Amino acid sequence: MKNNATKTAKKLGLVAVAMFGFGYLMVPIYNVLCDITGINGKTGQIAQSQVSVDDVDPNRLVTVEFDTNVNPALPWEFKAAQFKQDVRPGEIAEAKFVVENKSNKSVVGQAIPSVAPEQASLFFNKTECFCFINQVLAPGEKKEMIVRFVVDSDLPEKISTMTLSYTFFKVLNEDVAGNAQHETANQNNG
Amino acid sequence: MSEAVLHDDHHDHKPTGIGRWLFSTNHKDIGTMYLVFALIMFFVGGAMSMVIRAELFQPGMQYVDPQFYNSMVTVHALVMIFGALMPAGVGLANWMIPMMIGAPDMALPRMNNMSFWILPFAFTLLLSTFFMQGGAPAGGWTMYPPLVLQLGDGLPYLVFAVHFLGVSSIMGAINIIATVFNMRAPGMTFMRLPLFVWAWIITAFLLIAAMPVLAGGVTMLLTDKFFGTAFFDAAGGGDPVMFQHIFWFFGHPEVYILVLPAFGVISQIIPTFARKPLFGYTSMVYATASIAFLSFFVWAHHMFTVGMPLTGELFFMYATMSIAVPTGVKIFNWMATMWKGSMTFETPMLFAIGVLFMFSLGGFSGLMMGITPVDFQYHDTYFIVAHFHYVIVPGIIFGLMGGIYFWLPKWTGNMYDEKLGKLHFWSSTISVNILFFPMHFIGLAGMPRRIPDYSVQFADWNAIISLGGFAFGLSQLILVWVVIKCVRGGEKATDQVWEGAHGLEWTLPSPPPFHTFTTPPEVTDATAHS
Repeated sequence: MKNNATKTAKKLGLVAVAMFGFGYLMVPIYNVLCDITGINGKTGQIAQSQVSVDDVDPNRLVTVEFDTNVNPALPWEFKAAQFKQDVRPGEIAEAKFVVENKSNKSVVGQAIPSVAPEQASLFFNKTECFCFINQVLAPGEKKEMIVRFVVDSDLPEKISTMTLSYTFFKVLNEDVAGNAQHETANQNNG
Repeated sequence: MSEAVLHDDHHDHKPTGIGRWLFSTNHKDIGTMYLVFALIMFFVGGAMSMVIRAELFQPGMQYVDPQFYNSMVTVHALVMIFGALMPAGVGLANWMIPMMIGAPDMALPRMNNMSFWILPFAFTLLLSTFFMQGGAPAGGWTMYPPLVLQLGDGLPYLVFAVHFLGVSSIMGAINIIATVFNMRAPGMTFMRLPLFVWAWIITAFLLIAAMPVLAGGVTMLLTDKFFGTAFFDAAGGGDPVMFQHIFWFFGHPEVYILVLPAFGVISQIIPTFARKPLFGYTSMVYATASIAFLSFFVWAHHMFTVGMPLTGELFFMYATMSIAVPTGVKIFNWMATMWKGSMTFETPMLFAIGVLFMFSLGGFSGLMMGITPVDFQYHDTYFIVAHFHYVIVPGIIFGLMGGIYFWLPKWTGNMYDEKLGKLHFWSSTISVNILFFPMHFIGLAGMPRRIPDYSVQFADWNAIISLGGFAFGLSQLILVWVVIKCVRGGEKATDQVWEGAHGLEWTLPSPPPFHTFTTPPEVTDATAHS
């Protein structure tokens, strides 16, 4: 009887350990789900070669609005050069942003993009973006940055306006994190 | 603990002195320790809620600063959930399950000892944060990042306390399942188990499945803060909302971890005092199991406002609504059990009926919040505070208290003071409704939770609520007095204690000897559950 009890206990202990692992498994599941469904406004990243001119829809214009935020921990000023821009779906468009380091220290920042409405984020792809890499600003440095993006021509008809929002965060633990982590970060957010 | 000294009868060999408790492997002693610990924690957490209600008695800041107020709110929840409710449930399980299934003790007595003694250490860790740089946790018991990561030196203590509590309850759960699966007396088939035992098997599975997920989540908090990971840090590619998903994947089953043992107690009490077998035993078992199963698919109803896609909100709304079905089955079964029964209203029965009324009330406000569009109004207001306190206080706590009154004569061999018991019930019931019912009104009117100050329009109701709170707090001293009085003496209880009681535990002497069922009893339909 004692033996059986120990056996049951061991099996249940394994279940507990597996569930601990499941907690961690929720992280990749979450990211994959967000990628597939566009929940959280996660945007796509494509190479410039993947964009073909045939896809351009000449009869349609979509308004892209720009929104910029800076996390309070980061002593930067961050503005979009244009408030909004009308783009043709399928065509590569370019938007400019200006960022300035207000502190007297060199600081590393990372921009995290997000697109609203969520359905639109599935059709928003970037070919080049300042958010693909960490940005390092010297004390007082002012820098112009660009993003090149394509709004997919399959964008549902009902969506005529979308907002591209960036939030700049201070990169913490630079020494520990190194580049590898930020590459993953970019894959997740790209 | 003096009952041990008073009733040291027959050839009952038990260890003496402090060693009896420190090294105990006896399910009855460990059960007693769990219950005493839970009662102490109930008063620790209760004292914190008194601080909260004193501060909210009037608008403006009176007694504490906002940071400390937030600590009170946060630690009150952690202490009550992990220190009072869960240990009280495990304590009842320890005492009753071996006696109910005809086993001599728990299957793994040493682990039983360990899972209890982890608790004082865990709460020392948690409560020591009050004396640290940065104070005690103040970001809410849900520990949402990034707010919780702003906690000072206390963060690792909070995380390790949660780890310890998780380990303790998982070990307790494993022990309960191992006991019930392997040590039932001959003839005690699964479908003859008392419903309290069934409720605990299902709770134990929930614990094993849910607690490790919480442990994983808080570990991520720890590594985010100290080891450079970025699970919940947006700058590193993480997402703070993900913590909410992980937390509530644990958090919702946790709700049922708390409530199912109390449901189990009610299922023992009502047939006893209605003098009828429980109506719909089989459906009770299946309803309990389906509540537990469904509880893993509703977690996002705690976070309707984070910005989920419409389909997600609809899914979680319908899933949430569906839990009302098995819960309704249970409520109606209890009512049908009482139907045409020869009912008497001793204190345990009063508490059980109180649960039926007031838990259902809390359940209904839960259904209201399960409706996504209206939840946007109720979210983070006093309406949710009213809801979960209704299910926890006059639901779970009343259920557990009913269990204490129900089994106290069995444990001590003495009847408790029925007059005082009834006084405790009525003063608690009246004050708990003064305390929590007006919270619905101020919640609907827009008073936010977890804020130490409020707009003057809420002043009158808050004063009334605070008075109800103080009255409820004082009422609980009656319980302590009843228990002490009962342990010290009183009218002798018979073996059966209650006229309508059925089941193995009532065949044992009151109080039961230190070791019971060393030779397993034979269970037949006649001696099985009530």
